[in-house]
Amino acid sequence: MVKGRQQTPIFKAKSPGFLRFIFPGSAVHFCLHTLIFAPNFKKGMRFRLLKYFAATFYFLICSFFLNPAIAQDHGKENGENGESKKAFNAKEIIFGHVLDAHEFHFMDIKNEDGTHHPVSIPLPVILYSPQRGMDFFMSSKFHHGEHAYKDYIILTDETIKERGLDPKKYSAQQIVPVNGDGEIDPAVTVYDLSLTRNVVQMLLALIIFVWIMIAIAKRYKKGEGVTTAPKGVQGFFEPIIVFIKDDVAKPNLGHAYAKYLPYLLTVFFFILINNIFGLIPGTANVTGNIAFTIVLGLISFAVILGSSNKHYWGHIFNPPGMPLWVKFILVPVEFVSVFVKPMALIIRLFANMVAGHIIIICLISLIFIFSAMNKTVGIATSPVAIAFTIFIYFIEILVAFLQAYIFTMLTAVFIGQAREGGHDHHAEDKHTVAGYDDPVIV
Amino acid sequence: MDLMTVLLADVVQPGLGAVGAGLAAIGAGIGVGLIGKGAVEAIARQPEALNDIRANMILTAALVEGAALFAIIVGLLAVL
Repeated sequence: MVKGRQQTPIFKAKSPGFLRFIFPGSAVHFCLHTLIFAPNFKKGMRFRLLKYFAATFYFLICSFFLNPAIAQDHGKENGENGESKKAFNAKEIIFGHVLDAHEFHFMDIKNEDGTHHPVSIPLPVILYSPQRGMDFFMSSKFHHGEHAYKDYIILTDETIKERGLDPKKYSAQQIVPVNGDGEIDPAVTVYDLSLTRNVVQMLLALIIFVWIMIAIAKRYKKGEGVTTAPKGVQGFFEPIIVFIKDDVAKPNLGHAYAKYLPYLLTVFFFILINNIFGLIPGTANVTGNIAFTIVLGLISFAVILGSSNKHYWGHIFNPPGMPLWVKFILVPVEFVSVFVKPMALIIRLFANMVAGHIIIICLISLIFIFSAMNKTVGIATSPVAIAFTIFIYFIEILVAFLQAYIFTMLTAVFIGQAREGGHDHHAEDKHTVAGYDDPVIV
Repeated sequence: MDLMTVLLADVVQPGLGAVGAGLAAIGAGIGVGLIGKGAVEAIARQPEALNDIRANMILTAALVEGAALFAIIVGLLAVL
């Protein structure tokens, strides 16, 4: 009997999507690794330049080609497994990131049976109800909306749909009282005083900010940076503080700038540090919260009103140099503008920050939206989306500084406008610092 | 009457909200474009004032964007 040659099993390359990228990727990796980590030969500038370009290119290649392997997991399932995976809902993702929550949620790990195990840091929940009293526990007791604890449940997007609740009255991460059957109890009102993620992040930013500033102040008290050049963190903050003093406070406030400088510096750095913290992935969106900006705007409004004098109100209710019929139109407009100007401060900061966050989330969601339609299109979208996201991230860093500066500058302008003395009282303004006579708006 | 209210609330309002946001984007584009035009012409006339002009341009652009973002927030409120 003739035996055929033993057929050796042929290795069939399975090639799921991401392997197609690993092989050319590893060739690129190898070339760039040798180029980057090779020592600086005596070739001089041109070789170093090539190294730096290679390093940048390598970094960009990594950020473009590593994401298809991750993007694969989410885009493929389209709700066939029932409750284990739903279609990609961009609106829930966006509002889940931009609004407040009772936990720091980082990711969902998929278990073998298809369910999701969320990775998050729970935060304290503090509830007060006139009927039930105070309750204090960690939000992990809610198990992401599955269990009731002490007759309260936390709503998630799924449970709102399951219970058929009105989405306009109930939102995700809201804590509602339930009775014994698990139905919402309308007789109980609950006030949610929890330490949500916005509060915790704001407190963290506050602690870091106060710590840095006290450290800098101690250094100045010891004499470093006064007669010598400032070093370290002093050297980073001093130009900014001097910039606020010379270009924001002095031109607008004249010789009384020292009285308002603590407030202006505080509001600038507080907004700035909260903006920067909000840009880190996984953190909460503090400055894009209307409650936060409303409080900042109200405090500025209080400072503006507190520094207003008789001339300011005289100019509002009796604008000089206008015929009578114009005054009838102008006085309501001027009176309303007293309130509209802080409102504009509030909405400008809020809208800029929340719009930036929504743009970043939308660009990343594009990958998942396209993946849900067609896997290959999803993989092709990822370099483009990541490139746009990196670009928008740089703009958001600029916007973080810019919005803090604009809030501070406009507050200083409004305070200066409120403090304007009568223009016929020049004699008493002669003793000024740095030659600033009247508030001069740059 | 009820049908019209329901349609307007759930169908037309989000659509009009989106249209409003788009118009706000047009306004922002025109506004910031005019700022850029003025800034570039000023730099062409006086290149040594580059830094001052650039600082004022960015500042004014942020204020104009603020106005456009008011409209976008109103559009967002219409969608929700």
